[in-house]
Amino acid sequence: MEAAARAGRAPGGMPAWALGLAPLALIAAAIGAFALLGGPGLGERSGPPVEEIAVEQTVLEPGRIELTVRNDGPDPVEVAQVAVNDAYAPFTSSDGAEIGRLGSTTLEITYPWVEGEAYEIFLLLSSGGTVEAEIPVAAETPQPDLGFFGLMALLGIYVGVIPVSLGMLWLPFVRRIDRRWMAVLIAFTVGLLVFLGIDATLEGLEIAAEAPGVFGGAALVFTGALIAYLLLAGVDAYLADRRGGAKGGALGGAYLALLVAIGIGLHNLGEGLAIGSAYASGALALGAFLVVGFAIHNTTEGLAIVAPLREEGASGPGLGRLAVLGLIAGAPAILGAWLGAAAFDPSLAALLFGVGVGAIVRVVVQLAPAMRDGEGRALYPLTVAGLLAGVAVMYATGLLVSV
Amino acid sequence: MDDHKLSRRKLLGAAATIPAAAGLHSLISGGGVPGAPSRAAAQAAPGGDPHGGHEGFIHAAFAGRPVDHRRNGFNPTDLLRDFDYGKTRRLASGRVLREWEIVAHDKEIEVAPGVRYEAWTYNGRVPGPTLRAREGERLRIRFVNGSVHPHTMHFHGIHPALMDGVPGIGERLGAGQLEPGEAFTYEFEAEPFGLHLYHCHVAPLASHISRGLYGAFIVDPRRGRPEADEMVMVMNGFDTNFDRSNEVYAVNTVGFHYVNEPVRVQRDELVRIYLVNVLEFDPINSFHVHANFFQHYPTGTSLEPSELTDTVIQGQGQRGILELKFPFDGDYMFHAHVSEFAELGWTGFFRVGDPASMTPAAAAAAYCKLPWGGNGGAV
Repeated sequence: MEAAARAGRAPGGMPAWALGLAPLALIAAAIGAFALLGGPGLGERSGPPVEEIAVEQTVLEPGRIELTVRNDGPDPVEVAQVAVNDAYAPFTSSDGAEIGRLGSTTLEITYPWVEGEAYEIFLLLSSGGTVEAEIPVAAETPQPDLGFFGLMALLGIYVGVIPVSLGMLWLPFVRRIDRRWMAVLIAFTVGLLVFLGIDATLEGLEIAAEAPGVFGGAALVFTGALIAYLLLAGVDAYLADRRGGAKGGALGGAYLALLVAIGIGLHNLGEGLAIGSAYASGALALGAFLVVGFAIHNTTEGLAIVAPLREEGASGPGLGRLAVLGLIAGAPAILGAWLGAAAFDPSLAALLFGVGVGAIVRVVVQLAPAMRDGEGRALYPLTVAGLLAGVAVMYATGLLVSV
Repeated sequence: MDDHKLSRRKLLGAAATIPAAAGLHSLISGGGVPGAPSRAAAQAAPGGDPHGGHEGFIHAAFAGRPVDHRRNGFNPTDLLRDFDYGKTRRLASGRVLREWEIVAHDKEIEVAPGVRYEAWTYNGRVPGPTLRAREGERLRIRFVNGSVHPHTMHFHGIHPALMDGVPGIGERLGAGQLEPGEAFTYEFEAEPFGLHLYHCHVAPLASHISRGLYGAFIVDPRRGRPEADEMVMVMNGFDTNFDRSNEVYAVNTVGFHYVNEPVRVQRDELVRIYLVNVLEFDPINSFHVHANFFQHYPTGTSLEPSELTDTVIQGQGQRGILELKFPFDGDYMFHAHVSEFAELGWTGFFRVGDPASMTPAAAAAAYCKLPWGGNGGAV
């Protein structure tokens, strides 16, 4: 018996893997039989079919409105008619009238929309039910050509790379202040990040509310956060193992800075996504004011990256390494803008916002020990003031970009 | 979809009003300057189907194939001139007794291409049959409730309470609310002459009416009216998603039907329209005809018209008789002058004579014949 167990065999003489597979095979057989017999005992469904459609993308071209819709419910749905601002309009459907479960189609509606007006579209389903879509401000959807991607890249550089890099210029200052003030600075950084985390969570949830529920909706935000947190924690443990615990588990400043950069980078990915999609839908008027607002808002993020670099070497980190950190934190805004403008998908956006949140939480967890004073307290008047200052600065600069 | 409300993007209002640094602004906005969509659309239009095909947006229209009238069991074109005179026989007193049998039943109908609606009907059609009698006749309407819901027939007219088709009145005598399978015979005099209506009066009223239980009820004056091409138009609508507002508006049920099949009339012939508004959920409805005027006889209770106009407004249950002649060949639109209703289905065309003869020369020739116009042919 003991010998059998040691050899990976069950008492009955079956190998362990077979015991593991047997229930799976039984489940498969049961499901197959159930499906073949048409769900014995369940009878006909009660009540009318459930019809749920989510509008995933809206594209406006001269004289045309394109809606990409997804069947979000359990039953097939047929879009019979489409009305724009209470007027039935001719349309064609790319994949036929009927949309199967989880299927999607693009409705091409002929309608002489006018720039700057608001439109309410209702899809009249064959059952008589309606699904509404809204275009708050009509504007032609930019064509995703080279010039457009260039514009989005420029935008990403303006709101991501440049402000973060500028913020990193605080490094010399950071390196000169004494340890006590350093804790305050770290607290300030944590304050910034906490604000960003809350902000990203709320935005992610707001976007998730518009995503097809079948893909998870709000759960995507939390799933994304969990994934990011666990991945970063895994990377931590892996790197700590490789260092062989030489530093007694304490994280190096360079490593902390990299983590902060990654966290902020993921956050900026979401930010870029938001800007890109808003721009593509015409809901964003780009202007110097917006760019200046973002610059001020994101400059503080640069400070957060360099704060942990205080004790890095005698001459400090090289310029090259700083540039890499700046790119890690800022460049995702470019990618986000591209993604958001060209292929905005609310489910994906919600997930990415969640990833940003998870990264920020992980960074906060790792920065927090650096706030400790001699007695091991993380929260004492100076750090609390730093935390509050961080939140206040983010709130105040956030006002510049959220009117 | 377009309003994923990112706090960042709410900047747009302010960004538009605050003067931007010119260089930066033009640099940024250079990628996607919105064009002039309305102009582009207008260019696309002329080549298209004049009645709103896929080529352009000429006017609001349904997409796809027309409604399957055969499956519905009725075609709005036929409903126009379908008057149900019932069966008559002379009573001992010498008076005419006119009798009908009306059966209520539930039936799925197509109110717009591809859009099914669980209607409640009188005799399987919406609107119900146009019952037509002459002033002073004795009317007997046997009503059988074949629906799974309780119903009645409530006539507008002058009659005793027992014959009023209202729940709570006369159940002891078999009248009032009629449960599924029950029947009752309404009997009363045809009075006063004019254009009336009938409908179910079971609560909830809005639901029973909007589901399709209504029809026109015409009482001709003793001496009749002048010869004319007569037609019935019941202005109705359908709340297909049951949110107490209509998704589809129409005359005689099918939205835009008379766009696809214009109402054919003859030039210079008197056209008499029996217009009834039963539209539920909206306080008013209206009728407007293009390029013409009509004499209006409110409720049809007078032989003298009250007004020469081209637009008439009706509340729910209101009705009137319209008389007009079309002096020119061509297609003439008629629709609710509530634009929303018009573009949600309540639009149609009269087709006068041969639309191909709509040339300026033909119009000039026709103009000479007008009793009030004409100046020797020089238009």
